[in-house]
Amino acid sequence: MVLTGAEIVIRCLQEEKVEHVFGYPGGSVLFIYDELFKQDKVKHILVRHEQAAVHAADAYSRSSQNVGVCMVTSGPGVTNAVTGIATAYMDSIPLVVITGQVPTAYIGQDAFQECDTVGITRPCVKHNFLVKDVKDLAPTIKKAFYLARTGRPGPVLVDIPKDITTHKCEFHYPKTVSMRSYNPVVKGHTGQIKKAVHLLLEAKRPMIYAGGGVILSDAAEKLTKLTRALGFPITNTLMGLGGYPATDRQFVGMLGMHGTYEANMAMQHCDVLLAIGARFDDRVIGNPAHFGEVSRKIIHVDIDPSSISKRVKVDVPIVGSVPDVLDELMNQLEAASAKPDAKALAAWWKQVEEWRDRNCLKYRQNGDLIMPQYVVEKLYEVTGGDAFVTSDVGQHQMWAAQYYKFDKPRRWINSGGLGTMGFGLPAAMGVRFANPSATVACVTGEASIQMCIQELSTCKQFRLPIKIVNLNNRYLGMVRQWQEMFHGNRYSESYVDALPDFVKLAEAYGHVGIRIEKPADVEPALREAFVKHKNELVFLDFLTDQTANVFPMVAAGKGLSEMILAEDL
Amino acid sequence: MRRIISILLENEAGALSRVSGLFSARAYNIESLTVAPTEDPSMSRMTIVSVGSDDVIEQITKQLNKLIEVVKVVDLSEAAHIERELMLVKVRATGKDREEMKRMSEIFRGRIIDVTESTFVIELTGNSAKLDAFIEAIDRTLILETVRTGVCGIGRGDRVLKV
Repeated sequence: MVLTGAEIVIRCLQEEKVEHVFGYPGGSVLFIYDELFKQDKVKHILVRHEQAAVHAADAYSRSSQNVGVCMVTSGPGVTNAVTGIATAYMDSIPLVVITGQVPTAYIGQDAFQECDTVGITRPCVKHNFLVKDVKDLAPTIKKAFYLARTGRPGPVLVDIPKDITTHKCEFHYPKTVSMRSYNPVVKGHTGQIKKAVHLLLEAKRPMIYAGGGVILSDAAEKLTKLTRALGFPITNTLMGLGGYPATDRQFVGMLGMHGTYEANMAMQHCDVLLAIGARFDDRVIGNPAHFGEVSRKIIHVDIDPSSISKRVKVDVPIVGSVPDVLDELMNQLEAASAKPDAKALAAWWKQVEEWRDRNCLKYRQNGDLIMPQYVVEKLYEVTGGDAFVTSDVGQHQMWAAQYYKFDKPRRWINSGGLGTMGFGLPAAMGVRFANPSATVACVTGEASIQMCIQELSTCKQFRLPIKIVNLNNRYLGMVRQWQEMFHGNRYSESYVDALPDFVKLAEAYGHVGIRIEKPADVEPALREAFVKHKNELVFLDFLTDQTANVFPMVAAGKGLSEMILAEDL
Repeated sequence: MRRIISILLENEAGALSRVSGLFSARAYNIESLTVAPTEDPSMSRMTIVSVGSDDVIEQITKQLNKLIEVVKVVDLSEAAHIERELMLVKVRATGKDREEMKRMSEIFRGRIIDVTESTFVIELTGNSAKLDAFIEAIDRTLILETVRTGVCGIGRGDRVLKV
């Protein structure tokens, strides 16, 4: 069948069973949008800013097992999308980004709405393509989906010049992809896994540290099974929350800069560390030299060889996909005659429980002000711990991660790597499209929410009943916290003056707005939002204690066990 | 430590900038980079000379392997190998300098490939140290221009980098 390039794009999306595309039309993608109009299998979600299109597609992917798809026009459409693409790249989220480009003959001539899309996005995509011949279009889109979802996932961009969308060729969607230069490893090395099992069984103070790789590869169940079989303490990274049930006794909380006392102490003092789908980044282990002062054996499972021994030297590297390696670990453990050292483990747990007894997440009530931590605790109760929670970036993000106990994977949606303010609201939209009956809360702050607030309009158009939990402290809270702790209380540009009336703003967009100023009103307001206004978007503007800080805290450059605790101040 | 990394990659537009972009994005050092298509025109071979600790070089090879268009990466300096570089030097050659330049060129097994009344162009091949030595050996004030290709390298004996 002979089709135009524009028809081919839509047919490819249909072949990939794409149901939703988030995007924004413009000159160079007009022919593609024309074909979108003529069919109803692929639904298009019109956002109000291209950044939001990418965040929505990204969260669509994070909250399901599908590749997110977005489409933008050339030039400013692309540059607006870059923040979203970089966000997805840092968190290894599978996305296909389709971008329009000026006609082939205009490329390089500084044409209207031209930019070097492939050049601009090169450092923040897994791969990108410029399609120069309509015959390459279908194979390229096939490759894009394949690359996005296999190996270490990531965003893949396909740049299509406008003339290519009008050229015609025979359409044939390839069934398979074969690339001599790309063959990701899946199975872990059996010999290495054997070494790992040996270390795990010998361990006196073992620890499991699991990250976003567990979520991305849908390995939460396998991880839970292995962890229970071993009986070891386990921590999750910010990206890994939900990879192991947070309400389980073996879970010692999130680790890292704002991790729990018990998680960070156990991480620092363990003698055998099993790292799974995590990358020892600066926010997780703090100063690598300090981390290296304690000798421990490290087993590191990751699909990406470059993540292994990047910041911390590893003793047993295992390159492979997390579920495959977990299966093999489990098989070998079951086959082994030895069992974990019960006596040593009991002593180790006693130590971990002592650390846990510090109760590092307790916070002081400040007069009759609303404590932000309290709002998240109540959110957890009111939603039965079963909501999808998106967040923006800053203090509220850390409080959500600390106080909302995620028992299931893909429920906690945040920008962990890039730390993108403005992520939360469009992400909540993406979650809701991927999970049409789910309860979706966006925990945010008055500064972050304003970075993509225009999406309240998209939410109205598509009747998305998102609950925005705005922890409004009139400050760029995390900036203020650092200025208080490290810059002599000089609050340079961190006070957010001239805030809008969020209740009126929500109403102006056709939503419900509620302002909450007293602790006693927190729970009733949440109930009102989640029960009475179940089917509406509700903007909950909580005026919270302006002085609240996030603890524990490992200051930048400090070691993991050098935490500042709330009780120290 | 100085290392020579050989890369086979798809001969596609943009592949070179992915490699060079990787080096600048991750603050890796490039001393020289050469690239040209191989006997199979769908594939290019690149030689990069870099300086870094073992850990850094390990990361460089891992990161290179991660690039979608990269087919194979080998650290040539891990074992016996040969490296060569080509240099063209234009020198002022008048009066008694003409004879001296010709003599130096012969000593270094160079060839004079362009001659005018007042200039020579000398072609010289060898490892980088030899080319450096030639520059040191001649009268620097006579050098009008130099151009070097950067290092290309190949493993000795049975060591082959092929798909």
